[in-house]
Amino acid sequence: MKIRIKFAKYGALRFIGHLDVMRFFQKAIRRAGIDVAYSTGFSPHQIMSFAAPLGVGICSLGEYMDVEICSHQGGEDLQKRLSGVCPYGIEILDVKLLPEKAPNAMASVAAATYAVAVKNPAGSFDGYAGVLEPFMAQEQILVTKETKRGSVEVDIRPGIYRLWLEDGALCFMVDASSSGNVRPDFVTRQFLHFAGANLPNNRLQTIRLEIWMQEGTPQQPNFQPLDAIGERF
Amino acid sequence: MQLPDFENRLALSDEILMSVEKPARYIGGEVNAVQKDKSKVDVRFCMCFPDVYEIGMSHLGIQVLYDMFNRYEDVWCERVYSPWVDLDKIMREQNIPLFALESQDPVRAFDFLGITLQYEMCYTNVLQVLDLSGIPLLAKDRTTMDPIVIGGGPCTYNPEPIAPFFDMFYIGEGETVYRQLLDIYKEEKAAGKNREDFLLRAAREVTGIYVPSLYETTYKQDKTIASFTPTAEGVPARIRKEIVMDLDKAPYPTNPIVPYIKVTQDRVVLEIQRGCIRGCRFCQAGQIYRPVREKSLDVLKQYALEMLAGTGQEEISLNSLSSSDYSHLEELVDFLMETCREKKVNISLPSLRIDAFSLDVMSKVQDVKKSSLTFAPEAGSQRLRNVINKGLTEEVILNGAALAFTGGWSRVKLYFMLGLPTETEEDIRQIAELSNKIAALYYELLPKEKRSGPVQIVVSTSFFVPKPFTPFQWAKMCTKEEFLQKASQTKQAICGQLNQKRIKYNWHEADVSVMEGIFARGDQKVADVILRAYQKGCIYDAWGEYFNNALWMDAFAECGVDPDFYTVRERYAKEIFPWDFLDCGVRKDFLAREWECAQKEEVTPNCRVQCQGCGALQFGGGVCFEKREGGCV
Repeated sequence: MKIRIKFAKYGALRFIGHLDVMRFFQKAIRRAGIDVAYSTGFSPHQIMSFAAPLGVGICSLGEYMDVEICSHQGGEDLQKRLSGVCPYGIEILDVKLLPEKAPNAMASVAAATYAVAVKNPAGSFDGYAGVLEPFMAQEQILVTKETKRGSVEVDIRPGIYRLWLEDGALCFMVDASSSGNVRPDFVTRQFLHFAGANLPNNRLQTIRLEIWMQEGTPQQPNFQPLDAIGERF
Repeated sequence: MQLPDFENRLALSDEILMSVEKPARYIGGEVNAVQKDKSKVDVRFCMCFPDVYEIGMSHLGIQVLYDMFNRYEDVWCERVYSPWVDLDKIMREQNIPLFALESQDPVRAFDFLGITLQYEMCYTNVLQVLDLSGIPLLAKDRTTMDPIVIGGGPCTYNPEPIAPFFDMFYIGEGETVYRQLLDIYKEEKAAGKNREDFLLRAAREVTGIYVPSLYETTYKQDKTIASFTPTAEGVPARIRKEIVMDLDKAPYPTNPIVPYIKVTQDRVVLEIQRGCIRGCRFCQAGQIYRPVREKSLDVLKQYALEMLAGTGQEEISLNSLSSSDYSHLEELVDFLMETCREKKVNISLPSLRIDAFSLDVMSKVQDVKKSSLTFAPEAGSQRLRNVINKGLTEEVILNGAALAFTGGWSRVKLYFMLGLPTETEEDIRQIAELSNKIAALYYELLPKEKRSGPVQIVVSTSFFVPKPFTPFQWAKMCTKEEFLQKASQTKQAICGQLNQKRIKYNWHEADVSVMEGIFARGDQKVADVILRAYQKGCIYDAWGEYFNNALWMDAFAECGVDPDFYTVRERYAKEIFPWDFLDCGVRKDFLAREWECAQKEEVTPNCRVQCQGCGALQFGGGVCFEKREGGCV
């Protein structure tokens, strides 16, 4: 059976990269004594899948991984055990049992929401409220993407679904699917440029708020958090 | 909207952390790392491995001492590693002091800075750590503002080339007298005494402690040592190594730190014994860790379970010299295989002697088709193997290879040394011939349909570096040119073999080996050169891409020190060596006898067959007191 674990990542652990987070959980699951399922072969590995890699330096309140387990004593017990072996900075928020045929976390990812806060000293984007609408009204937002074959120009405007201010932070929902993923730093940089804002990178902190799956149609999208599926057990 | 904690409580700003490679090297907070309230401890000890995090975190010794110190309520032990070159540059530019990982506090604020010296080529990194910490590089320039800088580890068996940089050295195994040393420190500190008072008391009262500032060396006209004497009353003229006689009772880290990033040894390490019975004449570890002491099977079983549970690691390995000599190896391996199968943990085997037992184990824990067999004959001819006392015969190698080939293996790694004492061109030619015989054996033994592809032989040679406290401590070392010529002869000889296409040959750089030779048997004059080379920019010398031989050669020239004095000169029998004031248990007359045996090509039986009276018996335990066939010499 497959479970979906929602966790937060913050504090100094925001400097741990995605692969290291995966390695961390493989060990944490062993320490917690969870009856996880393994692949076969000479070096068996735990059957797990992460929703979407999180860039180094970014905090998150909505990370997901799916883990195949063989047995359990309820979701609460599982969450307690796992929480007990995690250091400050990795927090287990929720555990759900997935239905039989649920697509895995990675394949489900459609969008992600981010908040960009102003820090050192704390500040706010409130002064740029008037820029939100004209920024979104642009027909194209071209960014240069470095790829293995060189740099290409990409239009990220279609991938920006929403943009708003909340508690002084700049928030946005962007495409996070494998085909059209929009990097949050691209949006932030373009917005700052458009607004003529002078905010150096080291004064900004990006936080991923949630990862979403698409339950509607392309015409009528219906975004739901990745843990809208499955049940507590 | 409730946002998570992103306040930076680290020594480095977000901006710096985001601009360097692998920021996780510098944030600490790993699983099982120890946090304490600094206002509630009396002694703050910073343990350093002077190389990059991934190397330092792979070292068992630091984990052992870290765990031991942190079990003391009044002590908080933290860690620091060499910042990688990218951060090193930023810290120098921005004047950021080096900090310990746990508290992120500057190293200079600690009571002790303990530096482990595992290989000679880390010496400039020792200076880097001191320099970035803001601690004066020379012990004589330090004040009450600075920590006591203490060195430990195998390189302290000749501490002289780095002696001026250290306040003291701890000679031998760390588990024994640190508590006594820390108590003296606390007393002296409480009494308002200064660092000189503490150093003097430590030198007088604690065995195994060497305080370089309390000794004086005089030299003869030929630049060899005339005398080495204490300059203060009550300070011992000879310093005996510290040793743990009951390893079962010694502290062991059953909850070692689990790093976030992938480190070189990313697994649980079970130390099964210390010391080695073999007595290979080139090997320093085989002498300085005598006598062999084993841990009991029950203790090891319990450690293995606790460590796997406490770390969640997915791999376990055994640690010791010559693991095949551990008395309960079969039972231990059986237990581990059973446990690991259940827990889906991989076993990483140490290099075992190739025989039916080890092949059986290997076939069970690794994919035969993907793994390779390792033999370390060290020398190509039986004659030279007798000289170095490596008790591995051609027959044993070929039998092992035959067993392995029949068992499905087709890849063999062979390790040799070039430049061993008495080596001739014939010995080198036999490296190639032995490799060819092994390749030929594969084809003779297996009909075509039974072969899993062509046989692959990988021959690697390293250059022989004479080390202190070995029978070869008197030996002349080759020059760089001689080394390279020997490598070229090896290559040519391999090219002349029938199966040459199946043999791949690798050899090491010669420059670094020569430098290692200078440091290994150097005296205090070499310290000037190390300091000069560091000031010229030498750092991370153990990393091929950063080792700069030309800078080193300039440093020697500027300091007026002749490198050849330490390497190519054959030492005379009665010469006083810089390390002679240390007593590692093994006596100099035993080593001299072994040096003679080497020249006569005579082998010496191992400790379990017959005691050779090396001197390690004085420690009163271990293999010296086992029943054996041959009795005592």
